[in-house]
Amino acid sequence: MKYLIKAVLVIGALTLSACTNADRFDNADAVDLNAQNGANGVNQTALDPSQNPSSPQFFSQTIGDRVLFEVDTSTLTAAGRATLDGQAGWLTTNSDYLAVIEGHADEQGTREYNLALGARRANAVREYLISKGLPSSRIRTVSYGKERPIAVCSEEACYAQNRRAVTIISIAQSS
Amino acid sequence: MTDIFRSDPPKRKLPVEKRDNKVSMSAMMTKFMTFMTAIMIAMAAPPSAQAQEPLRLTLRDGVIEALPFALPAFQSEVAGSEQMAADISRVIAEDLNGTGLFRQIPASAFISTPAGFGAPIAFPDWRAINAQALVTGAVAVNGSQVTVKFRLYDVFSGAEMGEGLQFAGTTDGWRRMAHKVSDAVYSRITGEAGYFDSRVVYVAETGPKDDRAKRLAIMDYDGANVQYLTDSSAIVLAPRFSPTGDRVLYTSYESGFPRINVLDVATVGRQQLATADGEMAFSPRFSLDGRQVIYSLANGGNTDIYRTDLATGQSTRLTNTPAIETAPSFSPDGSQIVFESDRSGTQQLYVMGANGGEPQRISFGNGRYGTPVWSPRGDLIAFTKQEAGRFHIGVMRTDGTEERLLTSSFLDEGPTWAPNGRVIMFARETQGADGTTGLYSVDITGRNLRRVTTPQGGSDPSWGPLQR
Repeated sequence: MKYLIKAVLVIGALTLSACTNADRFDNADAVDLNAQNGANGVNQTALDPSQNPSSPQFFSQTIGDRVLFEVDTSTLTAAGRATLDGQAGWLTTNSDYLAVIEGHADEQGTREYNLALGARRANAVREYLISKGLPSSRIRTVSYGKERPIAVCSEEACYAQNRRAVTIISIAQSS
Repeated sequence: MTDIFRSDPPKRKLPVEKRDNKVSMSAMMTKFMTFMTAIMIAMAAPPSAQAQEPLRLTLRDGVIEALPFALPAFQSEVAGSEQMAADISRVIAEDLNGTGLFRQIPASAFISTPAGFGAPIAFPDWRAINAQALVTGAVAVNGSQVTVKFRLYDVFSGAEMGEGLQFAGTTDGWRRMAHKVSDAVYSRITGEAGYFDSRVVYVAETGPKDDRAKRLAIMDYDGANVQYLTDSSAIVLAPRFSPTGDRVLYTSYESGFPRINVLDVATVGRQQLATADGEMAFSPRFSLDGRQVIYSLANGGNTDIYRTDLATGQSTRLTNTPAIETAPSFSPDGSQIVFESDRSGTQQLYVMGANGGEPQRISFGNGRYGTPVWSPRGDLIAFTKQEAGRFHIGVMRTDGTEERLLTSSFLDEGPTWAPNGRVIMFARETQGADGTTGLYSVDITGRNLRRVTTPQGGSDPSWGPLQR
C-alpha cells in the first residue's frame, strides 16, 4: 500500500493541475488504471482522480471517508481509528479543505434517539481528528439519525453499513 | 392483560357536570349507563327488561360490544341537495363505525324510515331491528352554502337525546359539518368529547428507503383533504401542532443542519428558531400556552433538553447530563415534562418539573422506552417501546404503573393523542428493502387498530385539537 501511495504521489504531483474540480464523489465512471495495460501498446488515458493523493476521491476511496459503529455505540473501533488516522493526515496535508462529519444510525431505533446517537458518532470522529492535531474550526458535525440509510435491507448486513460516520470534505469557501 | 380499564361500580347520581379525569372504558360506560338511566327516570318510563338491555356497551375481557345505531340517509330539504346529503350521511357513519364503539345497521334492515326530519319516530320499528341509537338529519344546499341538521334518539327509551342541532357553512366544508354531527353524537352517547372535527399534521413520504423524499402534510383526522405545507427539497421531521392548531413546529434540514421551524398553518409562512453554529436542534413541542418550545439541542455530541420563549428568544437549559435527553412533552397542566434519557444505559422515560430539576424515572420494564407523550387528559403517557427486535406503542400511568402495550410490529413509533385522549395515532414501517411507512390509529384499550388512508407513505403524525 505504501509503495502504491508513493508511486501515485509522483504521478499525482505531475497532474495536479488537472484536478481543479473539488466537487468530489461524482466520479462514478472513473477509469481503472490496471485495466489500461492491455496488449503491448501504450494507451494514454486521463488519470483516475482517486489515484491523486490530493484529490477528494483519494480521500473518500483510498483512505476511506467513513467509519462504522457497533449497535447503539459511538465508540471508535480499531479499524475506525486507523481510517481516521489517514483522514487526519490527509486533512493536515490538504489544509484548505473543511470537513463535515455526518453521523448516521440504522433503522432499529426511534427517530429522535437516532438523531442524538448520530450526533454522538459524528462528535466521536470530530474529537478524534482534533486529537490528531486538526483545528476544531475546520470540522463541523451533523446528524442524520436514521434518515439516510445507504443499505436498505432490514438485516444486520445492512444495519452495519448504516451505523456510520462519514467525513465529507470541501474546499473552504473564503479561500 | 393488565386491566387498567376495569369496571367501576355504577354511579347513582347524574354525572353531567362532573369531570372524571380517569381514562377508562368503564368510566365511559358508566357515564353512558347513568346518563341513559337518568333520561329514563326523567321520562318516568319504567325500565322494562327490554329497555335495560340496549343501554349497555358491554365490556367483556376488555372487549366492547359495539352499540348498534341506525342512520337513515339524511334527507334533502332543497332540491339538488341529494348528493351532499348522501355524502354527509356516509361520513358520519364512517366516523362512528371507525371508533369500533358503534356499529351501523344496514339500511336494508330498516322497517320504516322517518317521514321527515322532526317527524314522529316509529320507535317500535327501530327497536325491532335492535337499533339502540337513531340519528336523523336533513341537508339543504343553497348555492355555496349548506345547512346540516340532526337529531339523536335513544330508541329503547323512546326519547330524543339532547336537542337537535344545526350547522351551517360553505359547501367545501361539508366534511367538517359531518364530523361535527359525529362529534355531537359520540359525545352525547359516551359522555366524552369527540375527536372527528380535527386535523393531523404528518410527514408524507415517497421514494425508496435510501432516497426518501419527505414533506409536511396536513389532513383531516380520517385522511381526507391532504394538503402539503412544504416541498421535499430538505428533510423535514416530526411536526407538532400548537395547542390551538394555528402553528406547527418541525425539524428541517434546509440549512444543512437540523433546525426547528415554526410554521403558520394558514399562511404557510415559517420562521427558524435561532440555533448557534455547530448545534443541532430537534424534537420540539409547544407549551400549553403556545408561547414556549421545549426541544433537544445537540452540542458536542451531547443532547439535552432546552426551553425557549418564542417571543423573547430566551433559552433555558432543563437537563444537564452527558446522556441523551430528548423527546420532551409537557403535562397538560404545564407543570411537568416527560422525556426519554439513556442515563441509565438504555432509553427510559423520566418525568421532571417544567423548570428542570431532578427527574423521576417512570419506566422499568424490559426493553427501551422512547417518544413519550402526555395524554391531553393528563392521566396516561403514550410511548414507543422496543424489545427483542419488536416495536410497540403503549400507554402507562404517569407514575409508570399499569403499562399496557397496544400494538406490535417490526417498527411502530411516534404516538400522538386524539384530542379526547381515547385514540392514539402512530407510524408503522414495514420490514425489508421495500419497506414503506403508513399511519395507523388504535384505541387506548388496544382495540380497533386501523390504517389511516393517506395518498403516500406517512410518518410522525401529530393530532391537533378539535376545531372551532
